[in-house]
Amino acid sequence: MSHASAGGPGTPVSKDPGNPGSSGSSEGPGGPSPSPVRAARGRASLMSTRPWIAAGFLLPALLLLGALVAYPIVYSLYRSFFGASGDGFVGLDNYAEVFSGDRLTAVKNTLVWVIVAPSVATAFGLVFAVLTERVRWGTAFKMVVFMPMAISMLAAGIIFGLVYQQDPDRGVANAVWVGVHDTFTESSAWPGARPRPTSDLAASGGGAFTTKSAAEGSGTTDLPLVGVPPQDVAGAAEAAPAKPAGGSGADGAVTGTVWLDFTKGGGGKPGSIDPKEKALAGVTVEAVKDGEVVASAKTGDDGTYALPKEAEGAKLRLPSSNFAEAYNGVDWLGPSLVTPAIIASYIWMWAGFAMVLIAAGLAGISRELLEAARMDGANEWQVFRKVTVPLLAPVLSVVVVTLMINVLKIFDLVYIIAPSATQSDANVLALELYLSSFGGGANQGVGSAIAVVLLLLVVPVMIINIRRLRRENRR
Amino acid sequence: MSTPSPAPPKKAAPAEKTGAKKSAPVTEAKPVRAKPSVGSRIAALTGGTVMRVVLLLIGLFWLLPTAGLLGSSFRDSADIADSGWWSVFSDPGQLTFTNYDALFANDAITDSLMVTIMITVPSTALVVILGALAGYAFAWLDFPGRDWWFLVVVGLLVVPVQVALIPVSKLFNTLGLFETTPGVVLFHTAFGLPFAVFLLRNFFAEIPRELMEAARLDGAGEIRLFTRVVLPLGGPAIASLGIFQFLWVWNDMLVALIFADAGSPPVTVALQQQVRQFGSNIDVLAPGAFISMIIPLAVFFAFQRQFVSGVMAGAVK
Repeated sequence: MSHASAGGPGTPVSKDPGNPGSSGSSEGPGGPSPSPVRAARGRASLMSTRPWIAAGFLLPALLLLGALVAYPIVYSLYRSFFGASGDGFVGLDNYAEVFSGDRLTAVKNTLVWVIVAPSVATAFGLVFAVLTERVRWGTAFKMVVFMPMAISMLAAGIIFGLVYQQDPDRGVANAVWVGVHDTFTESSAWPGARPRPTSDLAASGGGAFTTKSAAEGSGTTDLPLVGVPPQDVAGAAEAAPAKPAGGSGADGAVTGTVWLDFTKGGGGKPGSIDPKEKALAGVTVEAVKDGEVVASAKTGDDGTYALPKEAEGAKLRLPSSNFAEAYNGVDWLGPSLVTPAIIASYIWMWAGFAMVLIAAGLAGISRELLEAARMDGANEWQVFRKVTVPLLAPVLSVVVVTLMINVLKIFDLVYIIAPSATQSDANVLALELYLSSFGGGANQGVGSAIAVVLLLLVVPVMIINIRRLRRENRR
Repeated sequence: MSTPSPAPPKKAAPAEKTGAKKSAPVTEAKPVRAKPSVGSRIAALTGGTVMRVVLLLIGLFWLLPTAGLLGSSFRDSADIADSGWWSVFSDPGQLTFTNYDALFANDAITDSLMVTIMITVPSTALVVILGALAGYAFAWLDFPGRDWWFLVVVGLLVVPVQVALIPVSKLFNTLGLFETTPGVVLFHTAFGLPFAVFLLRNFFAEIPRELMEAARLDGAGEIRLFTRVVLPLGGPAIASLGIFQFLWVWNDMLVALIFADAGSPPVTVALQQQVRQFGSNIDVLAPGAFISMIIPLAVFFAFQRQFVSGVMAGAVK
């Protein structure tokens, strides 16, 4: 697999001593080769050049770096001490503004991002790398998980905008969620339906309706309802009057019809089953005596129900489960879930990155060591926990640090996925910088302060990189 | 299990076993090294199956969001408003190219793809050329302060682009580069350079010294040495760098949002402008996003190896 073996013959890149991607102990069997830099310094005779030639090679790159990367650092620092328009010196006011009011949400969210996203993505990557190691189609799996890294955050944002759509008939996340939810709780038959005010049914608390009078044995008790939108019953059968249980051998049974007591286009008598009035199928009818359910039945396609003899003299109740509003899923992009939802999309994109780096590190672990642990009686979990993970520690830390730096810059995903209503709840520093300085805010003082804060957060990594390089060169 | 001949038994065992009856694996355990393996083999077998199923499900789960985009892009707006993209499985008749037809008839989108190319190709070429020049100088030329300069470049590796947005927009304003394609190209080049120099210096430094000295003794000057020895040998690293930079620039939205001409933006910004009315125009967004993904995905699949080594070297960027 190219992933695992990248860094093979054609790509000495990852084995290079100066490369942070392969730090310290995870180095390949070759070990660090003596740095040619030092060698060159030792006997410079053959390779020495006139300085102006070296300058010719370096100048274009250094000029661009100086003007567009290094100078902006200095300018941002300077600019962050001046107000919105740039003339008045304001001291640390811009920084105070970053850490107060609405912008504090951006600071908090950035913290959540930096802590959660890299660690979860790395954990996923670790699990995937270990699991795929022994599966023959592991390559295909890795490709699938790694692929999102190649696409833009904008495309990923659009993809997850679709996933998180609120309507369970459109967004796959809610479709699955509602599907799971509805298998555990019964969905209601006729949300919003209620009895006709003049009928015998009255609200009996908790959304249920109960008849005021007791049901007669061998009689019919019709239960008229209203409040169902006509289009919902367009396909329903017409209501049929229930036959009183008589000669059918079910003496004393209670029957009746539950229907929509509403004739489209007017006409029709309240309380009576007029032609063209629609049946309400699937309604649960309970017979209640002294607060206890003695029998229950569901209405059929023609709206009729039949309760056994026990129901005689009982009051009939339509439980609230008949009328509950349909469960509409989770508001993924609402104020409380929007950040976790966007972090999930980031993990979708970057778990593959962690997986590939960890898989490469895994390939470098000696098999003998793992076998030795197994021989000593360690089970797979112990081997993973006590041998693999500690050996991978350098790789894991590189992955986490890389992702942390990456997460600090997160902008597109939040900007695209968060709807304008909850954009402020999902805000992060990189987005706030854009919003306050370019997106209508026009306060470049605060923007510069945010830039400096972001820069300060990566300074430790900068120092680590430089230190490591100097160590490698000295060796 | 300890194996005298390490590789073959490990690979072959699961294949044989899945074919054989699972009910009585004990009987086929060879007495030679039966002791530790019987129990663990059964565990490995059942655990292996569970693991495979789990992996398969995760793989499908990972594909699901992209499948949603693809499915949506082939349904017309009425269907999109009416039901979820997964209904194409029960009713494939609704698949249609209307969205794509409309997309390609839409000048704003086709122009934006051209702009993206006009930004991406020069940025990639410039980064490779300037990075190679500087990388060579840092690896093989002797000049005062060389190591110090290289440390500076490595330090710049992790500077977030956000730091440069405000200062560079001011700078470009005075230079007349603001909201122009060359400005965007220069910005991307500058921010690609630390990684380029770092990667290529490290790679070039691995070129055997004897080779360089031999070429030098043959009378090659710096330019010849660079073009005839260093560049050809640096092929793999240059490929990695090129792919990485290409994807980075192609996929960028933030830099383009600020520095590109809002009137003729690259495709990411053109689509972002459509996102504002999300929900109502998925028939534009879905195919647009998919078109914008095709090139990066093609590059990714074609140059996986180089991409991966670029990613590995780029860790901590």
